[in-house]
Amino acid sequence: MLNQYIPVLVMTLAACGTAAGMIIATTIIGPKREFEEKMEPFECGVSPVSDPKSRFGVRFYLVAMLFIVFDIEAVFLFPWAAVFRELGMFGLVEMLVFILVLTVGLAYVWKKGALEWE
Amino acid sequence: MVIVPPSIDLAAVGPELILTGAASLLLLVGVFLKEQSRFLNPWIALLGVILAAGCASSSLFPHTTFQGMYAADLFTRFFKLLFLLGTGMTILISIKYTADEQIEHAEYYALLLFATIGMMLMAAASDLVTVFLGIETLSLSLYVLAGYTRTRLVSNEASLKYFLLGGFATGFLLYGIALIYGSTGHTNLAKIAYAVSHGNLNTGLLTIGALLLLVGLGFKVAAVPFHQWTPDVYQGAPIPVTAFMSAGPKAAVLAVMIRVFEQSIAFMNVDWTVWITILAILTMTVGNIAALVQSDAKRMLAFSSISHAGYAMVGMAAASREGSSAVLYYMLVYTFMNIGAFGILALVARQNEQRTAMRDFTGFAYKNPALAFIMTILVFSLAGIPPMAGFMAKFYIFMSAIKAGQNFLVLAAVLNSAIGIYYYLRFAIYMYMKEDEAPSTLPPLRASLGLILALVISLYGVIRLGVLPAEYLDFAGKALLTF
Repeated sequence: MLNQYIPVLVMTLAACGTAAGMIIATTIIGPKREFEEKMEPFECGVSPVSDPKSRFGVRFYLVAMLFIVFDIEAVFLFPWAAVFRELGMFGLVEMLVFILVLTVGLAYVWKKGALEWE
Repeated sequence: MVIVPPSIDLAAVGPELILTGAASLLLLVGVFLKEQSRFLNPWIALLGVILAAGCASSSLFPHTTFQGMYAADLFTRFFKLLFLLGTGMTILISIKYTADEQIEHAEYYALLLFATIGMMLMAAASDLVTVFLGIETLSLSLYVLAGYTRTRLVSNEASLKYFLLGGFATGFLLYGIALIYGSTGHTNLAKIAYAVSHGNLNTGLLTIGALLLLVGLGFKVAAVPFHQWTPDVYQGAPIPVTAFMSAGPKAAVLAVMIRVFEQSIAFMNVDWTVWITILAILTMTVGNIAALVQSDAKRMLAFSSISHAGYAMVGMAAASREGSSAVLYYMLVYTFMNIGAFGILALVARQNEQRTAMRDFTGFAYKNPALAFIMTILVFSLAGIPPMAGFMAKFYIFMSAIKAGQNFLVLAAVLNSAIGIYYYLRFAIYMYMKEDEAPSTLPPLRASLGLILALVISLYGVIRLGVLPAEYLDFAGKALLTF
C-alpha cells in the first residue's frame, strides 16, 4: 500500500531539490554587484530613517498592562449582562463590588499619573 | 433558566477582606495625601493586621465554602494567625528601615498585605485552583517587594531573578495541576482523594503530575535542588522583606504541601514520603554547609532559612498527624525567632545596608548589651539550644519522624543541627569575644520603637514556646483535627 506513495515522495524530493538547487546555484554563479543603496533594507522605496532595533518607551508596556486590567473587566461584564435577569440582585451586588475594587485601582493609577503620556 | 447563586460565606474570608480593605485604603491614602501622610502608612497596615487577627481568632465551625474551594477550618485559622504574626512583626521592623531608605511608600505596606492575603488563600485552599491563585497573589507581591529599594543594584537583580525563575516554577506547578486534573478529573482536593482511593486511574499521569507539583512547591519553599534563586534573592531584597519572605511564605507552601500530599495524594500507591525524605535531607545538608562558609550575615541567614525548611520537611516525611502538627509548631517558632533576628540585622546594617557582614557585629555586645543579649537568645533558639523554642520545635519534629520509623532521616537532621550550632554561635563570638580593631566613628545604634516591639514579641514567643509549649502545641495539634 505504501508503494502508492512513492511518486509523492519522488515529487517532494524533486521539488525540494529544484528549489534548493536554484538558490544554491544563483548564490554561487550569479553575478554580484553590491553598492550601498542596494544593500539597505527595503522600506517602501524610502531610505531608512533610523535603526529599527531602537528601544520602546516603557510607557507602552504600562498602557498595555492597564489595558489588560480593564479588558478583563469587560470580559466579566459581558456574560453578566447576558444573564442579568436570572442572576438578579445577587449578580448586581457582586458586580458592583467587583467594579468598586477596580475603581480603587483606576483611582490609584489615575492619581499616580500613569494615564498621562508625558 | 434559574441560576442558583453559589454558597458564599463572607465571614470565613473576613481576615482577607479586612486586609484587602486596608491595602486599598493604603493605596488611596498614598496617592491622595502624598508626602505629609507617609508616617501613617505602617500604622494603617498594622491596624489592618490587628483587625484581621481579631477576626481570624474568632470561633468558627469547620466547613468548606465557595463550593468546596475554600476550607474554613482550624488548620486555616492556625496559619492565618501565623501569617498575621509574621506580617505584623515585619511591619514593625520596617517602620524605621523604610524611613531611613526613603521607601516609606504606601505601596510597600500594601504589597505586604496583598502577599499576606495570598498566603491565607494558600493555607485555606481545598482546591488546586485556589492554591494557584494564592501562590500567584503571594509571588507577584514578593517579586516587587524584593526589588523595592530601586536604587540598589543587588535589589534589582534579586527582583528580576526571582521573577524569571518564579515564573518558570509557576509553569511546573500549573502543569502538575493540569496532569492531576487530567488523571483524576478533579481539582478539588477531597474529590481527588476520593478518585485516587476508589477509581481506576492512570497512575503514571498522576505520579508525574504530583512530581511536577512537588517541583513547583519545592521552588517556592526553596527546597534543594530548587533553591538556586534563594541566596541571591534573600541577600538582595531589603532586610525586612527578606525576614518576611523567609517565614510566612515558607509556612504557606508547607501548608499547601500538607494539604495536598497528606490529604489528597496520600492514598496513591506510590510512596510520596520517599520524595519528601530526599528533598528534606538535601535541603538541610546543602543549606547548612553553604551557611557554614558565609562571611555575610544576611547571606548566612538566607542559607540557614533553606536548612530550616529542610527540618520542617522532616516532619512532613513522618506522614502522620503528629508530624504535621510538629511542622505547624516549627513554623510558628521560626516566625517568632527569625523575624526578630532579621530586625537586629536591619539595625546593625545601617543606612543602605552597608554593613551586613559577620564582622560588623564585632563588639556589638559592648555598645548595645541589651540588643546583643536578645540577638544571642534568638540565634541560640535558631540553633536549637534548650530551653529556647527552637529546641522544642526541633524536638517534636524529630520525635514524630522517629515514631514514623524514619531513623536515617532523623540521624541526618541531628547531624545538621550540629553544623547549625557552629555557624549560629559565630554571632555570639563576634558580638562578645572580638574587639573592634579601630575605634568606630559611626554614630551609636539606637533601637526604634517598632524594633523594640517586634523584639518583645519575638522574645515572648521564643521563651514562652520553649518553656511552656503545651498550650501552643495543643493549638497546632487541634489544627489538624478538622482536616
